Amino acid sequence: MKTIIVVGNGMVGYKFCEKLAAREESKNFKIIVFGEEPRAAYDRVHLSEFFGNRDAKSLELAPASWYTENNIELVVNERVTDIHRKTKTITTGSDKEYSYDYLVLATGSSPFVPPINGVEKEGVFVYRTIEDLEAMLDYAEKIKAKKSDGRAAILGGGLLGLEAGKAVMDMGLEPHVVEFAPKLMPRQLDSRSSNVLQLTLENIGINIHLGKATNRILGNGAITGMDFGEDDSLEVDMLVISAGIRPRDELGKTCNLAMGVRGGIVVNDRMQTSDPNIFAIGEVALYNQMIYGLVAPGYEMAEVAVNQIMESLEVVMSAEIDMSTKLKLIGVDVASFGVPYMPADKGLSIIYENKTKGLYKRINVSLDGKTLLGGIMVGDAEDYSILHQMYLNNLPLPDNAEELIVGSRGEGGSAFGSAMDLPDTAVICSCEAVTKGAVCCSVIDDGNETVKEVAKATKATTGCGGCKPMVADLVKESLKTLGKTVKESICEHFDHSRQELYDIVKLKGVQDYDQLLDEVGKGDGCEVCKPLAASIFASIYNETANRQETIQDSNDRYLANIQRNGTYSVVPRVAGGEISPKQLMAMGRIAKKYDLYTKITGGQRIDMFGAKLHELPLIWEELIAEGFETGQAYGKSLRTVKSCVGSTWCRYGMDESVSFAIEIENRYKGIRSPHKFKGGVSGCIRECAEARSKDFGFIAVEGGWNVYVGGNGGATPRHAELLAEKVDKETAIKYVDRFMMFYIKTAPPLTRTSAWLEKLEGGITYLKNVVINDSLGIVEELDAGMQNFVNTYKCEWKEAVETPEIRERYTHFINSEETDDNIEFVSLREQKMPKEWA
Amino acid sequence: MIANLSTYESVKTDSVKVWFKAGPASKFPKNGGACIKYKDKQIAVFNFTRQATWYACQNLCPHKMEMVLSRGMIGEENMQPKVACPLHKNTFSLKTGENLNGTLDAIATYPIKVEDGFVFVGFSE
Repeated sequence: MKTIIVVGNGMVGYKFCEKLAAREESKNFKIIVFGEEPRAAYDRVHLSEFFGNRDAKSLELAPASWYTENNIELVVNERVTDIHRKTKTITTGSDKEYSYDYLVLATGSSPFVPPINGVEKEGVFVYRTIEDLEAMLDYAEKIKAKKSDGRAAILGGGLLGLEAGKAVMDMGLEPHVVEFAPKLMPRQLDSRSSNVLQLTLENIGINIHLGKATNRILGNGAITGMDFGEDDSLEVDMLVISAGIRPRDELGKTCNLAMGVRGGIVVNDRMQTSDPNIFAIGEVALYNQMIYGLVAPGYEMAEVAVNQIMESLEVVMSAEIDMSTKLKLIGVDVASFGVPYMPADKGLSIIYENKTKGLYKRINVSLDGKTLLGGIMVGDAEDYSILHQMYLNNLPLPDNAEELIVGSRGEGGSAFGSAMDLPDTAVICSCEAVTKGAVCCSVIDDGNETVKEVAKATKATTGCGGCKPMVADLVKESLKTLGKTVKESICEHFDHSRQELYDIVKLKGVQDYDQLLDEVGKGDGCEVCKPLAASIFASIYNETANRQETIQDSNDRYLANIQRNGTYSVVPRVAGGEISPKQLMAMGRIAKKYDLYTKITGGQRIDMFGAKLHELPLIWEELIAEGFETGQAYGKSLRTVKSCVGSTWCRYGMDESVSFAIEIENRYKGIRSPHKFKGGVSGCIRECAEARSKDFGFIAVEGGWNVYVGGNGGATPRHAELLAEKVDKETAIKYVDRFMMFYIKTAPPLTRTSAWLEKLEGGITYLKNVVINDSLGIVEELDAGMQNFVNTYKCEWKEAVETPEIRERYTHFINSEETDDNIEFVSLREQKMPKEWA
Repeated sequence: MIANLSTYESVKTDSVKVWFKAGPASKFPKNGGACIKYKDKQIAVFNFTRQATWYACQNLCPHKMEMVLSRGMIGEENMQPKVACPLHKNTFSLKTGENLNGTLDAIATYPIKVEDGFVFVGFSE
């Protein structure tokens, strides 16, 4: 049996083990891995997350048991000190000797510490291992114990340096990033994008100092400042050095492998060093005269080395290494790909810059304008994946290349084609080198149907995750080619669509959420399926939100809309927008008594804001005594039916729109549906009630009412479509009854009637057939369903104030009469508003 | 008093100094939460009936610093019990406190036990 020894258990060393273990032939090898850190390999890319959770375990790439299960002997806390090429043996720090047939050096790199005078002082750190972070955290605590305005500097404004800047800010120190170059992230950004990024970072409190050469670290024993020469200095209490990396190549030097002039162990495209039995991968390997400090090339090297050792000799390293990166830096998207910037004689650039929004986008195209050479994005990198793919696959540019970064000015279409247009060889996930072909194949040939399943099968999306949207598109499109649609299961707990669940509840007579979960679901539910089930129970049994209160969305649970500061708003029903002076005064009195902010809503009623949780039943008790009832402004249910004043007053009015609006609002009030719905009634075609922007609308015309459905204002405005023309009031109501019931039964969750109608196969024509011509033979059932709603309506606020157990829910503390002292209001135009969010 | 994140730090069971009697178990809604007060702290207590488990965490959502988590919906994701903030549906693990659907700070969690029909939450001070 041959022995493979891996020196180094970092990300690349681990990847080598993972790829090796996946090969059947690996059983014929004895595998030993040495790591000098006290723990098994962890995810260094996400190291800064350690500051947030202090959980080293969550960064772990695989638990220690994984190595045992795969017959890999993992020796941590042990450094390999010597290689004896003649005898093919190594010795370790504890003086043990091991012999190898193949040796894989994955020793990685160490932070480069520039030879600055005073760099050995206390309070100067590097940023590389979990131990470094722990030491920094301890030191930061010491500083904070002494002073409240401690400062930390980061030497180096590269990617890692900026991350470190955020990390020290999170430790409670004032961060200062000091960079020698005149711009941030000098390898990835041009100076204009650096300016944009600098503005954004300074806004969140990270101070940036560019073009500063540090001469000396000041302080007696411990650091107190940095001296930049010429009387320029910065007082700091701590310094984190993040000035690049140096390969950990000592082992290569001592056993006389071929080395690069500035370090690194020279390898060929098979990852072999000058000794064919010794391989080097990752940041210690010098390939094409370069050290690659990114994960993706390191992983590719691991793959090549595994293949070479397993004698798949044809697998070699790509000649050109893609150094494109996309990352979220402190919440700011930053990406660069291909050639990010270049002299003007090498290509032409298209630049979009918007400093008010912190946006910068640049693409570089060839002099003939035909190919994409590279680009930079700061602030918004949503289109990175597709641009990166265009670059990698040399796809032709659209006629107006600027549309790639500023969007298409035409019919809202995107300048990009579909992800399906990419060649099969296009690498979609560069961390794991998964091609478009592999993703599609995993769906079409292997039967995987979700992104999760594809991720498991191909490993795509499991690295940085940047390719997720594209993989999702490919999965969806591939499913389509199979004639399947994307499964509309609502969440991990139910493998059903809303319509399927609706039928199950109805047919099986399921009574509550727990029963539903036990009978057709799995697990313990979540914030997606609970409110959806609540909506179904309400639609079938017309039960109020009070019965199963803990499966309701928060607003439904407390029968009020939660507002910015955790207080609630109160909205009584004002059917049709008709309100008497007496009611207005009552509302005014109550609002004044409880110091509520009042405003007229878009739906012709009055919203009262700023009620604390415990005040809700008190306020409602008084409102109900004055004859009001709940307006269900909190529910996925009927909001309002807006009306114009109609023929009772208006000289143009064709019919009584107000009376009709009141009648229809009272008919549909309280009905729970997949989403909220609104109505409108206009007394003539001037359409003052804007009925055609509502889910249902009636407009009086000569000879009857026109009935419209599926309209919407809001984010995606859509004019309602004509369902019936010149019908009498009874018929108009009947058609809308059926339309609403059909929608409630069949719509996906949280889908307004407009979106539902848009997707309904056959559209309005089909709908007319169902509700007017009874093409499905269901109108009797729909009519009966609606009549049941109308007959069983009750005001849920009345139910709440009259039932002691429900009233009890409205206390802030279970164990104290005190109220929430975290709520602060400020005054606003003689009323009040919540204090601004910080 | 305006809430401060630093008021809340997770307590491990072995560092509990005070088991605070928060109230009778029957006062907490099934599969839901309620808020209790301990000194200057607001603690959300969840009665996860389906799992026959109780959880306690800070009531303060670290996103917008509002005292609302006890009014959130609870559930489970890959076996991890969680609460969804009622304001913006940020979800947090009830076990570790970590933000499951984003990069917010983790929330503090507290040991909890039920004895003789009463709920006790563990504090280190």
